[in-house]
Amino acid sequence: MLNINNLSKTFTMHVGNRETINCLDSVSLSVEPGQMLAVIGPSGKGKSSLLKCVYGTYLTTSGNIYYTDKNNVTHDLANMNLQDMRLLRVNEIGYVSQFFHVIPRIAAIEILCEPLINRGIGRAEAVKRAESLLEMVGIPESLWNMYPSTFSGGEKQRLNIIYGIITKPRLVLLDEPTASLDPNSKTRVLELIKELKSQGSIILGVFHDYNAMKVVADKSYNIVTKQMELVS
Amino acid sequence: MQQVMNVNELTVRYGDGCVYCIDSDKSLDKNRCPKCKTVWAVRNVSFSLYHSEVLGVVGESGSGKSTLMKTLYFDREATSGQTFLNAYEDGKTNIFSVSSQQQRAIRNNLLGMVYQNPLLGLLMDFSNGGNIAQKLIAAGHRNVSAMQSRTFELLEHMEISVNRVKEPPKNFSGGMQQRVQISKAIANNPPVLLLDEVTTGLDLSVQAKVLDLIRMVQKKFNISIIVVSHDLAVIRMLSDRTIVMLDGQIVEHGFTDQILEDPQHPFTQTLVHSLI
Repeated sequence: MLNINNLSKTFTMHVGNRETINCLDSVSLSVEPGQMLAVIGPSGKGKSSLLKCVYGTYLTTSGNIYYTDKNNVTHDLANMNLQDMRLLRVNEIGYVSQFFHVIPRIAAIEILCEPLINRGIGRAEAVKRAESLLEMVGIPESLWNMYPSTFSGGEKQRLNIIYGIITKPRLVLLDEPTASLDPNSKTRVLELIKELKSQGSIILGVFHDYNAMKVVADKSYNIVTKQMELVS
Repeated sequence: MQQVMNVNELTVRYGDGCVYCIDSDKSLDKNRCPKCKTVWAVRNVSFSLYHSEVLGVVGESGSGKSTLMKTLYFDREATSGQTFLNAYEDGKTNIFSVSSQQQRAIRNNLLGMVYQNPLLGLLMDFSNGGNIAQKLIAAGHRNVSAMQSRTFELLEHMEISVNRVKEPPKNFSGGMQQRVQISKAIANNPPVLLLDEVTTGLDLSVQAKVLDLIRMVQKKFNISIIVVSHDLAVIRMLSDRTIVMLDGQIVEHGFTDQILEDPQHPFTQTLVHSLI
């Protein structure tokens, strides 16, 4: 289970205009295994920041993020030892960022195999899983051994999504997973999200696309003035 | 995660220090004592390195990054502080407190170092094979054919043709010299590899090649690496965790993505905002 409790995030800038930016203010929400909670709202309201706080890319200002791992141990991700968090990142958390940052000189299939190999899965099995996901999201076989820098925006986005979920993470953070996808690809990605839910993953997603969100989300919140308002 | 190295309150100073700068936490002029002019190159630095982890060290020139690396490799003497290596007496003995003979053994067997300047890491008039053999012999290897096959294997990992094993590094380009240095540094499978500004001064495509090879070596052999760079792109590509140094001290540490996306310290923010 993921339980976010009174989470606040403030950015204090020491350079430029030296502003203090209140981004999230006492956000509380919870997601059960097999559920997807979606956050919607206009750009710049803190949707991605919420995901980054959960992943540890942003340090929280106050509040707690309780996550119960596969061994039934509950961690506070907001106040956690870096090495324990690193282990959780490798073994349990999948993060699909809005922008795909990979080394441009590594073939797509190798990029996908790496997180599996890091988890101790054999190369043959890793390749098999990577190929099956590439096929599922409709990336043509001719691209599998190509560098992602040669991919179109939509292909990169699909690669980004399967890279984030290839390890079948227990906690999945999705930042605009359907942005820049054609309708066909969008359907494939939504199917993938449904599959993750059926496997019991806890999913926290950020969406702009209301119709896509409705297909997969069990609960949705709108970010209003740095706080969450239940939509459905 | 298993800890492989623990650095505790490490200090390196140039000069004797005075009552003002030794006995108090009074602020210095950068890292220099305003009274006695002692330079505190590294001051009370503590961190741990874990198995198979890449730890980045960033900071501006003169912040103590290279001094830290050279001290850990026994090129400089620590003024105070301790360092424990898990692979040396189960991490129970401070490696700065052992005899110089023991330190040589630690340096040859348990640590690898790649310097920014290949002149510091390679004998330019020796052959490439001879340079690598030097490290193997220092670690006690004596079987010539075993050393030769290990040398070939290392050069192949670094994508250097074995036909060039007899050539001296002085005939090589900067990028190739760095690759020979890496081969030499990992020759004895050290658990810890120290990389000091290894791609500085190389052109972009050569930098990329060297970084790719470092990444490959790290994954293949599960080596723990400390990488010093003032180039945040290098840090982003290689390191899991990053420490930020300013005037000889650590001012911030965290996951590399956190340091780059949510820097807390004014200096780290300035550094990140200086990215081109």
